[in-house]
Amino acid sequence: MSSVRAPRSILPGFGLSLGFTLTYLSLIVLIPLAAAFIKTAGMSWADFVSAVASPRVLASYRLSFGASLAAGLVNAAFGLLVAWVLVRYSFPGRRVVDALVDLPFALPTAVAGIALTAIYAKNGWVGQWLEPAGIKVAYTQLGVFVALTFIGLPFVVRTLQPVLQELEPELEEASACLGANRWQTITRVILPELLPALLTGFALAFARALGEYGSVVFISGNMPMRTEITPLLIMTKLEQYDYHGATAIAVVLLIASFSTLLLINLLQKWSRRFHRV
Amino acid sequence: MAASVTSTLSTLPTPSSTAPRATHDARWVRWTLTTIALLFLGFFLVLPLVAVFAEALRHGLRAYLASFSDPDALASIKLTLLTAAIAVPANLVFGISAAWLIAKFNFRGKSVLTTLIDLPFAVSPVISGLIYVLVFGLQGWFGGWLIEHNLKVIFAVPGIVLATTFVTFPIIARELIPLMQAQGSDEEYAAITLGANGWQTFWRVTLPNIKWGLLYGVILCNARAMGEFGAVSVVSGHIRGETNTMPLHVEILYNEYNFVAAFAVASLLALLAIVTLVLKSLVEWRHARSRA
Repeated sequence: MSSVRAPRSILPGFGLSLGFTLTYLSLIVLIPLAAAFIKTAGMSWADFVSAVASPRVLASYRLSFGASLAAGLVNAAFGLLVAWVLVRYSFPGRRVVDALVDLPFALPTAVAGIALTAIYAKNGWVGQWLEPAGIKVAYTQLGVFVALTFIGLPFVVRTLQPVLQELEPELEEASACLGANRWQTITRVILPELLPALLTGFALAFARALGEYGSVVFISGNMPMRTEITPLLIMTKLEQYDYHGATAIAVVLLIASFSTLLLINLLQKWSRRFHRV
Repeated sequence: MAASVTSTLSTLPTPSSTAPRATHDARWVRWTLTTIALLFLGFFLVLPLVAVFAEALRHGLRAYLASFSDPDALASIKLTLLTAAIAVPANLVFGISAAWLIAKFNFRGKSVLTTLIDLPFAVSPVISGLIYVLVFGLQGWFGGWLIEHNLKVIFAVPGIVLATTFVTFPIIARELIPLMQAQGSDEEYAAITLGANGWQTFWRVTLPNIKWGLLYGVILCNARAMGEFGAVSVVSGHIRGETNTMPLHVEILYNEYNFVAAFAVASLLALLAIVTLVLKSLVEWRHARSRA
């Protein structure tokens, strides 16, 4: 960081804010995060592989990635619908509904977890109707998917809303004037405009779902090989004082999350270029 | 019926026009889409929220209220308030400092710094707790030193505060950075040129401009700080009455099949979420109005 030059600005506080920001960032985030990578670097390759690629761990990756992907896709579809309805249509109570979309951000994950379990358990409000139909949600992989859908719901809506609001009505008018019907206008004019934001929202929901813990552990039942998500496996290893094993899996998960974050940044760059043209 | 003449420039559909405009969806499309969207939200958002209160009141108001006379429940409420009271102001000072740095100055590595500030959002809560165990735990970097000095971080309050601070780290900064970038620095330049010093400029010019964004960030940060579960769960050690925050207390009660008490404590957290959403909407509304 020695390459940071004092900028030519008459505003004061560059040194102070730079110093404080970097110190606080390093102490709270960078140094502790580095600890995970340094701890893993101290492991032999064979130990690392046996820690991150045992059958039980692989099963947890399959569940975590699969359920996060499915939840992200469902959220992309319904998030697009919800954002469209909230921006384009007016109906009584729209502002309340709009505020409610943020509930998964505001409701503590543990509360969401026990509430979802209560609803989908076999005597719960929804579970009692699904169980006779042979659909089990609580304590199955489907339950993991339900919890992750709940958690990721606001991301797609909130990334799409501003883009939809800024979309110029002239585009649609031009399309209609040129003879396109409504369906053609939506699929060929509006959707391509929304695509970068939709992908960003999907990636954000996916990244959040990948690491989610609190809302899942209650509804999943936590059976090894079947309903055990990767973050839970890290927790289990920690409780067994297997710090190396826990950290190695954590590093794999961190790399997956950071790759998603990188992808989101690239997407946003792409969408900015897309909008300037 | 007097206002039958409408401007042709008006983009609002007039109630009298029966033919649907080419840029508007037909009525049945609007109805269908709105219904599906509301059903989806009702199913996934409203139902869980209502379930919390219904389960908490399952055995009546008396059983509900009795849950709060438990000293362990009270201790968990106190600890949660204490944690938020430390983590939120710490992240507030950081958020202002980072936003001032990023919005007011140009320097090399700025975009890298912005990305690094976002990092905690991409980290699983469990890992957020784990990394502090690696640093301050018994076998961690400072574990030996802490024991020598008879200090406890992991399985104690400092660890809970640290993990909470990590999880809520980017929230306020993320609200302030785009806001201050959009507002530019012209007003600050004017203040400095007129002879104000740095702090005067900040308190009298910058702060009044960002107050709604700041409040918004603080509200969100506080909600996350009080509700954090995974990260705190790793570092707390689950000692009843000592290192149990409210979400952890909910888990313990739930695992003991004490459902009414678990949902009673959970209902307080759900109320916090509702208050957060209401405040957030009010702030958004005020902010939109002050800009208009």
